[in-house]
Amino acid sequence: MSESLRVKSSQYIDETTRVSFKFNGTTYYGFKGDTLASALLANNVHLVGRSFKYHRPRGIMTSGSEEPNAIVQINPNTNRTEPNVRATEVEIYEGMEASSQNCWPSVNFDIGGINNFLSPLFPAGFYYKTFMWPASFWEKYEYFIRHSAGLGKSPTSKDPDIYDHRNIHCDVLVVGAGISGILAAKNAAKNNYKTLLLDEKNELGGSTIYENNESNKIDNKISSEWLKKEIEELKNIKNLEIKTRTSVAAYHQYNYLLARENLTDHLEKKDKSNKIRQRLFKIRSKKVILATGALERPMVFNNNDRPGIMLSSAIKKYSDFYGVACGSKIVFFTNNDSAYESALSLNDKGIKVEAVVDIRKQSETNLEKRVIDAGIKIYWEHAVVDTSGYKRLNNVSIMKLSNDGTSVTGNKISISCDCLGVAGGWTPAVHLYTQSGSKLAFDEDKKIFIPNKNNSDQISVGSCCGDFKLDEILKNLNEKLKDFLEITKTDFENITVNNDQEISKRNIWLLPSDKALGKTKPFVDYQNDATAKDIKLALREGFRSIEHVKRYTTTGMGTDQGKLGNMHALGIIADTAGVKMGELGTTTFRPPYTPLTFGTIVGRNVGKFFDIFRRTPMNDWHVEQKAEFENVGQWKRAWYYPINGETMHQAVQRESKAARESSGILDASTLGKIDIQGSDASEFLNRVYTNAWSKLGIGKCRYGLMLNEDGMVYDDGVTTRLGENHYLMTTTTGGAANVLGKLEDYLQTEWPELDVYLTSVTDQFATASLCGPNSKKILKKIIPDLDLSDENFPHMSFKEAKIGSVVCRIMRISFTGEQSFEINVQASYGKDLWEKCIEAGKEFNITPYGTETMHLLRAEKGFIIVGQDTDGTMTPIDLQMDWIVSKKKYDFIGKRSLYRSDTMREDRKQLVGLLTDDPKVVLEEGAQIVSELNKNPVEMLGHVTSSYFSPNLNKSIALAVVRGGKDMMGKKLFIPMEDKTINVTVSNPVFFDETNERLNA
Amino acid sequence: MFVINCPYCGERDQQEFKAGGEAHIERPKQPTELSDDEWAEYLFMRKNIKGVQYERWNHAHGCRKWFNMVRDTSNDEIKAIYKMGEKPPSI
Repeated sequence: MSESLRVKSSQYIDETTRVSFKFNGTTYYGFKGDTLASALLANNVHLVGRSFKYHRPRGIMTSGSEEPNAIVQINPNTNRTEPNVRATEVEIYEGMEASSQNCWPSVNFDIGGINNFLSPLFPAGFYYKTFMWPASFWEKYEYFIRHSAGLGKSPTSKDPDIYDHRNIHCDVLVVGAGISGILAAKNAAKNNYKTLLLDEKNELGGSTIYENNESNKIDNKISSEWLKKEIEELKNIKNLEIKTRTSVAAYHQYNYLLARENLTDHLEKKDKSNKIRQRLFKIRSKKVILATGALERPMVFNNNDRPGIMLSSAIKKYSDFYGVACGSKIVFFTNNDSAYESALSLNDKGIKVEAVVDIRKQSETNLEKRVIDAGIKIYWEHAVVDTSGYKRLNNVSIMKLSNDGTSVTGNKISISCDCLGVAGGWTPAVHLYTQSGSKLAFDEDKKIFIPNKNNSDQISVGSCCGDFKLDEILKNLNEKLKDFLEITKTDFENITVNNDQEISKRNIWLLPSDKALGKTKPFVDYQNDATAKDIKLALREGFRSIEHVKRYTTTGMGTDQGKLGNMHALGIIADTAGVKMGELGTTTFRPPYTPLTFGTIVGRNVGKFFDIFRRTPMNDWHVEQKAEFENVGQWKRAWYYPINGETMHQAVQRESKAARESSGILDASTLGKIDIQGSDASEFLNRVYTNAWSKLGIGKCRYGLMLNEDGMVYDDGVTTRLGENHYLMTTTTGGAANVLGKLEDYLQTEWPELDVYLTSVTDQFATASLCGPNSKKILKKIIPDLDLSDENFPHMSFKEAKIGSVVCRIMRISFTGEQSFEINVQASYGKDLWEKCIEAGKEFNITPYGTETMHLLRAEKGFIIVGQDTDGTMTPIDLQMDWIVSKKKYDFIGKRSLYRSDTMREDRKQLVGLLTDDPKVVLEEGAQIVSELNKNPVEMLGHVTSSYFSPNLNKSIALAVVRGGKDMMGKKLFIPMEDKTINVTVSNPVFFDETNERLNA
Repeated sequence: MFVINCPYCGERDQQEFKAGGEAHIERPKQPTELSDDEWAEYLFMRKNIKGVQYERWNHAHGCRKWFNMVRDTSNDEIKAIYKMGEKPPSI
């Protein structure tokens, strides 16, 4: 392919380095420094993609991040592929591949293009209206709709790249390195502010840097020449960090901003590996200067979307910056002076400009005179009413506008052309400004939204605050900077600025055509194919709020978030509904400003760093024994220990039997442990637990139940009195952090008078729990000199002892209903303790058991598990645990709530046992329980909370919560499953050793 | 993400803190003597103001102290921060 459309050497393009790349399978050449868009245009490729709904051919419209049409798939079918990349942003490199999206089989012949000819059938809301009926068919429709829609393809294999996060604290952050941003950053840094300057492009200077308008001068130099000198000076300034290819994605309150730095996307494949691809900056800045510039608007007229129709400013940038002509016969269509600058610039380079079509009445500025002098025809008060050329523009039709601008008159004039530059005025890029919580105001004169009420220490400067002419930009910038930076003068205080002045304005949001609106296609949102017709339809159907119209028509909901079309949508709504634009407000601009990769968001927190986890000191032993693990909170807990290829069921049955018949051992280190000290410790426990604590003797243990203030069970565990003013509380594994937080809250805010100190010691102790009839014999082998008789060391008591020279705390308390000893040692001795127990227990077939067996053993005894048998709606009374609720205590957390009318209802869900009629059938946890099968709808009485096959009872057992269950003892209930109904009988929730004889066996 | 000036530690990022709902709702000293309605008022009713709101915050990943904050919920401006037990400033 030739590069016939390069019109001049550009200082921004390295013409000595030729770069080959592929687009839709064809090899093209560009130069280092080209974007994919500029390289394609240089090869005369305008057709880049198909539109979302009608599959209309679309080309490159813009030269920046606002691009709605030219979005492509980069490196398709590789693990580095990325969809929805703007061809106008991505830089080419040797070997890069890109392809069109949303077309099949190819962008040149797209079967979906038939939608364009059927478009009268696809108005706004088409999918909502059509696929509603019958409701059950949605799943079938959805399959086809999803396959024909969608933008690009996500990668299917692991992302090979590395991503990074960096925190930055600075005094002044400047967003945007156009002329305003550069001067702002320079003056901030020079005045001892630690300054950071960011720009999404790879070059500093914004649009001024390639400015060549002879009449825009600063100190008698063309503005671009003057700015280059300023940029040169930035290198010598301390306190200033500059990051290019860095796009600010989000601006949150308190000047917290997120920005994405692109480090390797422009590099060749061989240079990408082992480097950080993108880095997320988390920036906290004392002051923020927004210099985000303005985006040129297109205009809304019939068939305004063909390949070859571009923004006027983009055509100028492709010629002046990249040295590329976007066409050989160019027409401009404008409502302001900026198209004239583009026309002149092209003319100077020998690119043929056929005509300028201007909707304004005659305007006589210097610019226009120069255009006329150049021999370019100007059509005043004319509008484009139609265009033609399916895959590339070949003709525009223009007609004279009526005085009020609502219709066109006279003869249609046809102009042959291959490129149309549209200049619909400039929209300040206020997206980041509003994200920060700051509020906009509507400027009726300029027809734009501008920054009004700042929500944080920030200013907006340059064209993003509505200053469009160089002289007003620099004058206002000077004043604003002095005030904002608290300085007496800037270094550009005394410059002289000359530029053209615009004297005439006219704005028509929806341009008239000679055809009825219904027969035209005036696109407002190019990416989502929303037209002015759709917006008017939404208003006719009763939508009024801009947010509703947006959602109904999908205007502004593409990956470009309507950067080009939102103002037109607002204008058309305001004109149609007869309200002022300022009263409509805008839709909400949400982060990110341009799409972010998931990689950037997660940074290094992938794989094993995705979430933190905690392991007990005995963990290595469990791993060596090939235990299966389960996650409990952040902990990795041994779940069961399969041997000889056992299934989980087989392992749990074996472990459960061994624990009751001889001895078992459980790693209980994960239980929360809180050390409580202070002269009011007993009183504190009285207030936080439902039962009484004052009379607990030193060296004794007691089970406690903790409620929320609403009376619902919150946590449970055994607390031991270690001394007069010293307790050790245990909590559930998952609840430990929350319980500590809750106790601290009450101590600090409700009862600051109590002398109590809380310390979390969960990680300081490792705990092995020995249980079963032989547990005493095993413990005796480990600590021979400790008197383990029931008289000296009864159930629910505590002893301190030594294993060798290691001090240990031993509690005789029971999780399982068996005689048990919980041995606590300093965490670093945990594994030694465990191995000693295993060694000593060999002759008694000591069996390590995991959490699943623990749950089974507890269920046999009807011991609840907070969080499994309770769900935040169960009171102790509901759990049939009335015995633990003190009647004597005046108050404890949650007490008053136990007497609310709602908590005293007889028909609350209550904990019961369930026995299946067929003892071999094990219920599913979560299964629903009913009393009548033939009712419709059937009344749900409750659900199964814990269910196991008990090897010790040789039958199926379950715990359940059932409405009014307390009074249903012996009643038959039903559990309807998908394929059968299971008959059950309500029973006592304690299935095993109801009289607790085994605790002292 | 706010910057919160913990009265014990100084300025820290919001992610170190936990919000604790409306402030100055004192737990009744004699709950058993309250009617269901009075208890419900304490237990459930919160103002959830759009505008200036007095609320509790905890420096959970720091000193773990609770303190009070006056915040305008419409724009998240923090107007005052003061320790537990101190009188709320009038704003």
